[in-house]
Amino acid sequence: MKISANTLPLVLAAVLGVAACSKEAPPSDATAPIIIRFGHAAPLTGPQAHLGKDNENGARLAMEDANAANLTFGGRAVKFELLSEDDQSDPRQGNLVAQKFVDAKVNAVIGHLNSGTTIPASRLYSNAGIPQVSPSATNPTYTDQGFKTAFRVMANDVQQGKVLGGYAVNNLQAKTIAVIDDKTAYGEGLATEFKKAAVAAGATVVAEEHTDDKSVDFKSILTTIKGKQPDLIFFGGMDPQAAPMARQIKQLGVPAKFMLGDGGCNADFMKNAADASEGIYCSLPGVPLARMAGGAKFSERYQARFKANIQSYAPYAYDAAMVLIDAAKRAQSGEPARILAELPKTDYNGVTAHILFDAKGDLKDGVISMYVGKNGAWEPLETINTAIP
Amino acid sequence: MGAAGNHQHRHPLSITEGGFPKTDSRLRGVSPAPTFPQGDAPISATTLTLPVLCPSPYRIIRGVDIFLQQVANGLTLGSIYALVALGYTLVYGILGLINFAHGEVVMVGALTALAASKFLLAAALPPYLVFTLAFLLAALVCMALSVIIERIAYRPLRNAPRLAPLITAIGVSIILQQLAMMLWGRSYHAMPQLLPETTFALGGVQITVIQIVIIGVAGLTMAALLVLVNRTRLGRAMRATAENPGIAALMGVDANRIIVLAFMIGSALAALAGMLVASNYGIAHYNMGFMLGLKAFTAAVLGGIGNLAGAVVGGLLLGVIEALGAGYIGDLTGGVLGSQYQDVFAFFVLIGVLVLRPAGLLGERVAERA
Amino acid sequence: MNAGMFLTHMPRKVQLALAVVALAGLPFMVSAGLGNTWLRVLDFALLYVMLALGLNIVVGFAGLLDLGYIAFYAVGAYVYALLASPQFGLHWPVWAILPVGALAACGFGVVLGAPTLRLRGDYLAIVTLGFGEIVRIFMNNLNAPVNITNGPKGIASIDPIQIGGHVLSQPLEIFGVTVPALVLTYYFFLALALLVMLAGLRLQDSRIGRAWAAIREDEMAAKACGINTRNVKLLAFAMGASFGGLAGGLFASFQEFVSPESFSLMESIMVLCMVVLGGMGHIPGVILGALVLTVLPEAFRHGAGPVQQAVFGQVLVDPENLRMLLFGIALVAVMLYRPSGLWPDPRHRQEFNAR
Repeated sequence: MKISANTLPLVLAAVLGVAACSKEAPPSDATAPIIIRFGHAAPLTGPQAHLGKDNENGARLAMEDANAANLTFGGRAVKFELLSEDDQSDPRQGNLVAQKFVDAKVNAVIGHLNSGTTIPASRLYSNAGIPQVSPSATNPTYTDQGFKTAFRVMANDVQQGKVLGGYAVNNLQAKTIAVIDDKTAYGEGLATEFKKAAVAAGATVVAEEHTDDKSVDFKSILTTIKGKQPDLIFFGGMDPQAAPMARQIKQLGVPAKFMLGDGGCNADFMKNAADASEGIYCSLPGVPLARMAGGAKFSERYQARFKANIQSYAPYAYDAAMVLIDAAKRAQSGEPARILAELPKTDYNGVTAHILFDAKGDLKDGVISMYVGKNGAWEPLETINTAIP
Repeated sequence: MGAAGNHQHRHPLSITEGGFPKTDSRLRGVSPAPTFPQGDAPISATTLTLPVLCPSPYRIIRGVDIFLQQVANGLTLGSIYALVALGYTLVYGILGLINFAHGEVVMVGALTALAASKFLLAAALPPYLVFTLAFLLAALVCMALSVIIERIAYRPLRNAPRLAPLITAIGVSIILQQLAMMLWGRSYHAMPQLLPETTFALGGVQITVIQIVIIGVAGLTMAALLVLVNRTRLGRAMRATAENPGIAALMGVDANRIIVLAFMIGSALAALAGMLVASNYGIAHYNMGFMLGLKAFTAAVLGGIGNLAGAVVGGLLLGVIEALGAGYIGDLTGGVLGSQYQDVFAFFVLIGVLVLRPAGLLGERVAERA
Repeated sequence: MNAGMFLTHMPRKVQLALAVVALAGLPFMVSAGLGNTWLRVLDFALLYVMLALGLNIVVGFAGLLDLGYIAFYAVGAYVYALLASPQFGLHWPVWAILPVGALAACGFGVVLGAPTLRLRGDYLAIVTLGFGEIVRIFMNNLNAPVNITNGPKGIASIDPIQIGGHVLSQPLEIFGVTVPALVLTYYFFLALALLVMLAGLRLQDSRIGRAWAAIREDEMAAKACGINTRNVKLLAFAMGASFGGLAGGLFASFQEFVSPESFSLMESIMVLCMVVLGGMGHIPGVILGALVLTVLPEAFRHGAGPVQQAVFGQVLVDPENLRMLLFGIALVAVMLYRPSGLWPDPRHRQEFNAR
């Protein structure tokens, strides 16, 4: 076969032809305003697209706020721009997006949404020296890798699982517990930490079941769980599973309390679980929006700007962006290295919490708030400090 | 449910009936407390006690009740698979084509029914009428959609290499998902509850109205379809086209019309399945069709693709296998494997069946198309 | 196609030399003209070329529809990840792992092939699909009771490929010129892709290749001609799987991270699309298919927003939404206008038309 010579020019032509339609923006000259570009990465298509868009909106609002403040660095006007990309919650796409941000020389990155994409991408940002603040990646590995560029504005799974497990046993008097997870990095990680904490507080785990992040039918595992008569069922996973699960618990007449982590603690769960949301417990890192100084106003403004309710992580994405903007302000520069130098010194009053970072880039003294479903809304119960002794 | 004990189930034997005692005497629970007779006291003759599975010896598990509940769960799931599988099998039987976009038609059906229900409910129509009208509308939309799909993506390729329509089907599937996402957004939508949310307790089995409707409607539809194909003139034309389109045409059968009809019937069933799925789980989403379609396709193959009764048997069987798998793998393997291996279990059964019967359970002939 | 005509009429040595220069220079052109993102896309494209060539053996040559091909990619990736990461504290050299990964995948290929030999067409498709899901589910769950794969968290900090004391993920200084890491990766992947391509070409023209073609066209007749259809089919699965395993190992080393999410059914379907869209059974076509389907979504990613901005003055449809929509339309359109693929083998056109 005469392959190589015949084929390659055509192949090259195809590659370059298709590729040629994109071109990077030219660098700005010295008199123009300083352009500071933040990358934002989250799944914008696929099953978690609603959460991804929510994050993007949160970040976008922060950028618009910063632009409205007409900041100047050293006398030059500053303009913030958001470059939002779809990582499809796929690690390979996540790395491509990360590479695109590195190439585009973004000044900082807000993202990614999932731990599964955040962890591999963090290496690329670290190599390029670009600061990264994830609004919602909670797996401990992210900040355990020792990258100086990796930060997050949400309590990690260990911190949250610990609070949830303790609350289930101490406040809700659960002695026998069933744990379900969705076998994702997030769901399994949180369920494992929950289990540890609950057992440490004196409860017995009577059933451990698993599902995946695409299922909607949980009646089989719930029937098995019903047979084991737990006092409380904990689910580590997201709202698309949690809502039908809550309904099926009700339909099967399982007489157990139902508890969720932050993945289910959102507006969509309330909407889709309908009546079954009554009396369900969940947790969210940070202080309830209504109790933070700017929080209530934030949700109003979000609604006015995007004609939609906050889904779940938008306030964290907002805070993530604001923490970066704050660092840039202190550095009086958009240079990634200078932002990076300022980030560890962050002391910022966000809409979700008072944000301070520890040496790893995790929240220092993060707090977790418990909620209960009441009349179709999440009612805040108490806010618990996660400071690990 | 009200987790603090808001009971709506009234079955006298129900293990749930005793409620959720919060007395500390019980919660300390290491010693077999005699003060806990409520729910489990009367044991009917048909029940089996399996105390070993449970860490607290005084708790009695009704194995048979749980088993029957699992079968009921499986039959509900299986009825839905069967409805969708019929759509695959109808088209496959006639064209020999895997209509990979069929799952997305189910999704469109579900979302259309959902939108229609919301709209009609706002017009203050009674729920049963809304249910019927919403289904009819969804069926119309899906039928129109499948006619368009057939026309654009499959008909031009009828004599093309065998895998070409498979790729266009995948393309159509992606297109439908994206269009649905543009139209309905990225959020999960709540399906209005049109049927009463009562739960019946039959023996120890909890069944909802919608589950009964699903099993009943699926059964009726399949019976009607079997009559249509085996007893009517149209059915004969369909079978003739499936056997040999060329000769059927010579006998005066308009093959194109028959093929379009097969697509339309399949998509009406898909709309029905979509509406029932959305009602049963309470949610619909632009991404819901793919996995459902895949499971249904598996069911169709399990029963013998191209065979209508096979699709029904395959669907029900797959549903029950999944339910029992998820319910019992953990206990059977002593916790080494758990419910996460539900699909593995289902696929092993599938492979086992196909190794023994290479054309599926009810498939008569070995497919010649390799 | 004047340029094409000109190129095809040159002497072969000149053609070859031009090809070598073009392939060697390509990463620098891409990097300078389009940026490193495109270089990374190009590296991935080469991985997909290997995958598509591997699947082409099973689907294109032997005519066995395989919807679970990504499982072999997964096996290769996990073998690499387990043998060169802190997971078990093993750090084998690359030249030892890649063959082990390919062999392991080959073994899985035989395991899959053996029970499915009697199945044909779409029955085979669904069983292979099931097999792919089974492998993925095991990868996702083998973190308990004994932690082997680290479950959904995936395996991080995988060793990058090291050749002759140089780590491929670091830039290399040669004669005062710095060659970036992504370019080094490109050369390494390119070399292996060419190897896979040559192996494919040799196989196609061999005795075995003709036996595959015979089975593809008519299994009964092939059997009657004295071909041991069982062994020949198993060989197709094994060869295809080995290439998949090789590509998987490279993927793991390139990403330095593997998790089960990367091996979903959608990936299997994408690789199948590459093979069919390019031109089943025709190696240049399959390569073209792999390149087009890797590059196209990225081109849409870069183009969808700005083009709308330019044409309508505003972004009407979310770029990421439009990107997938265009991708779907492209799949349909290509198959409608070229049902045998973009670049089908002229020899096979006749054979395939018969159903």
